[in-house]
Amino acid sequence: MQQFEFSDISRMLTPILARHGGDASRLLQVLLEVQDACHTIPSEAIDHIAAHFDVPRVNVEGVAGFYSFLSTRPVGEYRMLFSGNITDQMLGKDDLMQYLCNKLWVEPGKVSEDGLVSVDSTSCTGMCDQGPAALVNGWPLTSLDQNRLDLICELIRSRKPVAEWPPMLFEVVDNIRRSDALLGEPLVPGNGIRAVLTRGAKETLAEMDKSNLRGRGGAGFKTASKWSFCHAAIAEEEGSVICDINGHPERYIVCNADEGEPGTFKDRVLLNSYADLVFEGMTVGARVVGASKGFLYLRGEYRYLLEPLEKGLQKRREAGLLGDNILGKAGFSFDIEIHLGAGAYICGEESALIESLEGKRGRPRNRPPFPVTHGYKGRPTVVDNVETFACAAKIAEKGGAWFAAMGTAQSTGTKLLSISGDCASPGIYEYPFGVTVRQILADCGARDPYAVQVSGPSGAMISWKEFDRKIAFEDLPTAGAFMVFQRKRDPFQIALNFVHFFAHESCGFCTPCRVGTELQKKIMDKIASGHGTASDLEELKSLGHILKTMSHCGLGSSAANPVLDMLEKFPDAYERKLKELAFEPAFDLDGALETARKITGRDDDWAHL
Amino acid sequence: MSKNIIIDGLTVPFQEGQTIMDAAMAAGLYIPHLCHNPEFKPHGSCKLCTVNVNGRNVASCTMPAAEGQQVLNDIAELNAERLALTQMLFVEGNHLCPACEKSGNCNLQGVAYYLGMMSPHYNHFYPAREVDASHPDILLDRNRCIYCELCVRASRDVDGKNVFGLTDRGIMTRLIVNATSGLLGDTSLAATDKAAQVCPTGALLVKRKGFAVPIGSRIFDRHTIKDVQTGGSHE
Amino acid sequence: MSDRKIRVATCSLAGCFGCHMSLLDIDERLFGLLELVEFNRTPLTDIKHCGPCDVGLVEGGVCNAENVHVLKEFRKNCKILVAVGACAITGGLPAMRNNIDLWDCFQEVYQYEGGLEGGKVPNDPELPLPFDKVHPIYEVVKIDYFLPGCPPPADAFWRLLTDLLNGREPKLDYEMLHYD
Ligand SMILES: Cc1cc2nc3c(=O)[nH]c(=O)nc-3n(C[C@H](O)[C@H](O)[C@H](O)COP(=O)(O)O)c2cc1C
Ligand code: SF4
Ligand code: SF4
Ligand code: SF4
Ligand code: FES
Ligand code: FES
Repeated sequence: MQQFEFSDISRMLTPILARHGGDASRLLQVLLEVQDACHTIPSEAIDHIAAHFDVPRVNVEGVAGFYSFLSTRPVGEYRMLFSGNITDQMLGKDDLMQYLCNKLWVEPGKVSEDGLVSVDSTSCTGMCDQGPAALVNGWPLTSLDQNRLDLICELIRSRKPVAEWPPMLFEVVDNIRRSDALLGEPLVPGNGIRAVLTRGAKETLAEMDKSNLRGRGGAGFKTASKWSFCHAAIAEEEGSVICDINGHPERYIVCNADEGEPGTFKDRVLLNSYADLVFEGMTVGARVVGASKGFLYLRGEYRYLLEPLEKGLQKRREAGLLGDNILGKAGFSFDIEIHLGAGAYICGEESALIESLEGKRGRPRNRPPFPVTHGYKGRPTVVDNVETFACAAKIAEKGGAWFAAMGTAQSTGTKLLSISGDCASPGIYEYPFGVTVRQILADCGARDPYAVQVSGPSGAMISWKEFDRKIAFEDLPTAGAFMVFQRKRDPFQIALNFVHFFAHESCGFCTPCRVGTELQKKIMDKIASGHGTASDLEELKSLGHILKTMSHCGLGSSAANPVLDMLEKFPDAYERKLKELAFEPAFDLDGALETARKITGRDDDWAHL
Repeated sequence: MSKNIIIDGLTVPFQEGQTIMDAAMAAGLYIPHLCHNPEFKPHGSCKLCTVNVNGRNVASCTMPAAEGQQVLNDIAELNAERLALTQMLFVEGNHLCPACEKSGNCNLQGVAYYLGMMSPHYNHFYPAREVDASHPDILLDRNRCIYCELCVRASRDVDGKNVFGLTDRGIMTRLIVNATSGLLGDTSLAATDKAAQVCPTGALLVKRKGFAVPIGSRIFDRHTIKDVQTGGSHE
Repeated sequence: MSDRKIRVATCSLAGCFGCHMSLLDIDERLFGLLELVEFNRTPLTDIKHCGPCDVGLVEGGVCNAENVHVLKEFRKNCKILVAVGACAITGGLPAMRNNIDLWDCFQEVYQYEGGLEGGKVPNDPELPLPFDKVHPIYEVVKIDYFLPGCPPPADAFWRLLTDLLNGREPKLDYEMLHYD
């Protein structure tokens, strides 16, 4: 394993630290670069970084330990992380990962003896429409099969830098299958902002209100209300604590591009092909609430989009659409900075996201106060989903009435769905709200559909009996994921996958979720191994209740949804797995004797249970 | 005119800026809690103090009191849920009370007694956690840490030393100390620091104070945590 | 109460007999108790196997294969099974070995301590084979009631038994409930 000399560390760190400056909010960005350079965060680097930012060492170590793409123990020079979503699993992820491990002589989760390679699973990488997928040193690999893995194996063995690997391995396609108001007609960059400047900020807020746009990130809060709260927070705080040097209260616009919900990949496509629309929406929001600084929080899995997005920002600056005096309007300044995440689903939760933006561990804050009044660095902050900003840009250009005419009364406009699983044409489908599940299944060529996971693990699993339900806030709300399962799939395995996801992603702050998601996982594993009984089901139900009612944030309170939906809607799925007995030991009795059998060399009757 | 909230049918006055927990404590009402200590900024992690406000569960130690709040606290359903959380804290660590110097004076135990915990109920995790005896005056036994971050807050906000912090996440969460070696003995912690005194469990203990009071005569052997924390009497 | 005496069995698994001692500590009340109960298998009676019983009191956790056999026999034969003491309920002091690798335990006991079995690990089938970890008994069989304490106070035993004898749901006073 590589050893780092202190002088090496400081030589490596100096340019990185110089580039990022002294503000501790850059901590996570610095650690990402250190991880890239060293394949770990060396302990000496932690000291160095702590001194540079003048923060306690524990803070740096705390951040380094929190994000799954950072590691305080070395990973392979080539780090392969297979996307572990259920859709990847259905496409053969487990076998492929084992295949690669066998070829490379490495155990899953371990580093090869020469330190060359490590292979492991990670949470959904957002490539469900072109899986099985993986990341190699952070770069997405799609449509994996044995042939591609053979090639990858060769490239790793010959130590070819990832940058020189054949581009076809990294090809990510949009797969837009159905376009409507948002994806159908492209926006001329600047037209949304021009409309705002002509109409006025207040009047634009009124149009937003009229549009009845609701947040696309899941919770469905009315966007105009959020913006006006943030705006109002300014007035309220004017002249008091929350002021910058000029006496202006600074406020922020944050675009939530964490897209961590397994099965969701529509923001990936928006950022890849409609980034201007998203930036335009952020600029519109900035004008309305009076912000001069914006952030795009880009999930680490999408870091391949970082350079193209930076270029897009630069183009907008050159076109006068970002920066000072936007479109010639004196005093209208706004710019956008991109922050990378580092493998933490919880950072999609808005207050955890803000903590992460500040360079901290991504743990959800206590609320109230809410981000609209006390967000980034304690200042009023709007956090909206990528798609929400895209809608906002269109509304700015075309008006609220145009938008409100689409969809249903309570769910206006259109919704992007990320469709994956058992269907002929996975990809992005844009529908006006109110479309039925049945219609969608027909359009995507679903094969013998039996169940659909709407809005990912934290959403709802619906059965074939519910296919006439509608995609809408008033019926089936969704952040966009739509995973199709055919009859031969086992709903228990689906729930098992999701339960592991939540246990892996719990931030660990609050008791019910930290311990409850782990207990839930252990019980599901016990049932999966054939040792489940009726009392385990009762336990799952009561855990579900605790998670729902006692958790600190939405992760914990939805972590039991997959299990509770399965219990309610697919009783066959687990009943046939249960033992007749009322009670089974919590652990494998005979297995727990194995070590002692090895040590003593015994194999007699009394050495077994 | 003073403002009021209703807790279990009782009218409880509060001042602007107080949490539900603050108001309850001032009125001598007990809401079970572990990570809260009125001397420090509220944290909100253990969730034992969860109450029901107008139909919704919230952590009372972080929720600002506000006119019109109907608060349910001492009800069977919430106490059952609090018991479940307490049991979770027992099984996620290694709590061998008979071998713990804090036994009898431990808030985790005190809450468990108060809620009538007869067993930890859940299956034990028996995690492998490190004990750090490197400091001459203070013992850190991570087996008993419940991640309340009271030591973190005390060291940061009172002692100005930042000796403690958390790393990793989820069930792997770990208490760390501010030293390259990772050892408490290499930090600036002193036995007189606030951080060395606030641990509600036996995770942080000042050394050489063992068995000053015999088992059976300690705080929660005689008095419920409710009486101790509200200043009420048991007899 | 029925006219037949209540049949009680007790055993100690991975425990220290401390709980049994505490049971005996109910002193003169023991005589009153003997009017009402008859003891089946217990370390006090020398009956080796548990017959059909009303109440089984189990002290100690599960640390080896033999413990499981005894525990399962108790579960099969006792209508009501009570976990008695910290060891039965949390693993207790024996669970302090849970953080030590089983290999290291064996080495420490059989190979470093010269003399014992000539420095060799014994492989006699008569010896109970240890588990990787010590577990509380409720992780192996269903348990009906718990009596915490290390050991539980004599009064707690008395309360539990008299409550059960009188068909009441056992309930300890605050002072009777402790974990140490
Ligand atoms: C665990 C968790 C994860 C979340 N992940 C995301 C996410 O990846 N993207 C997103 O836009 N919102 C996510 N949210 C919702 C955000 O907290 C927030 O409601 C949203 O960004 C607000 O934007 P909107 O109003 O435009 O929907 C998540 C919430 C929770 C509780
Ligand atoms: S619910 Fe889970 S993710 Fe949310 S704060 Fe609690 S531990 Fe963290
Ligand atoms: S910290 Fe408290 S609950 Fe844990 S072992 Fe010590 S006395 Fe028992
Ligand atoms: S050591 Fe004590 S005070 Fe610190 S987090 Fe753990 S339990 Fe809380
Ligand atoms: S006391 Fe309120 S959450 Fe811990
Ligand atoms: S033997 Fe009774 S508590 Fe351990």
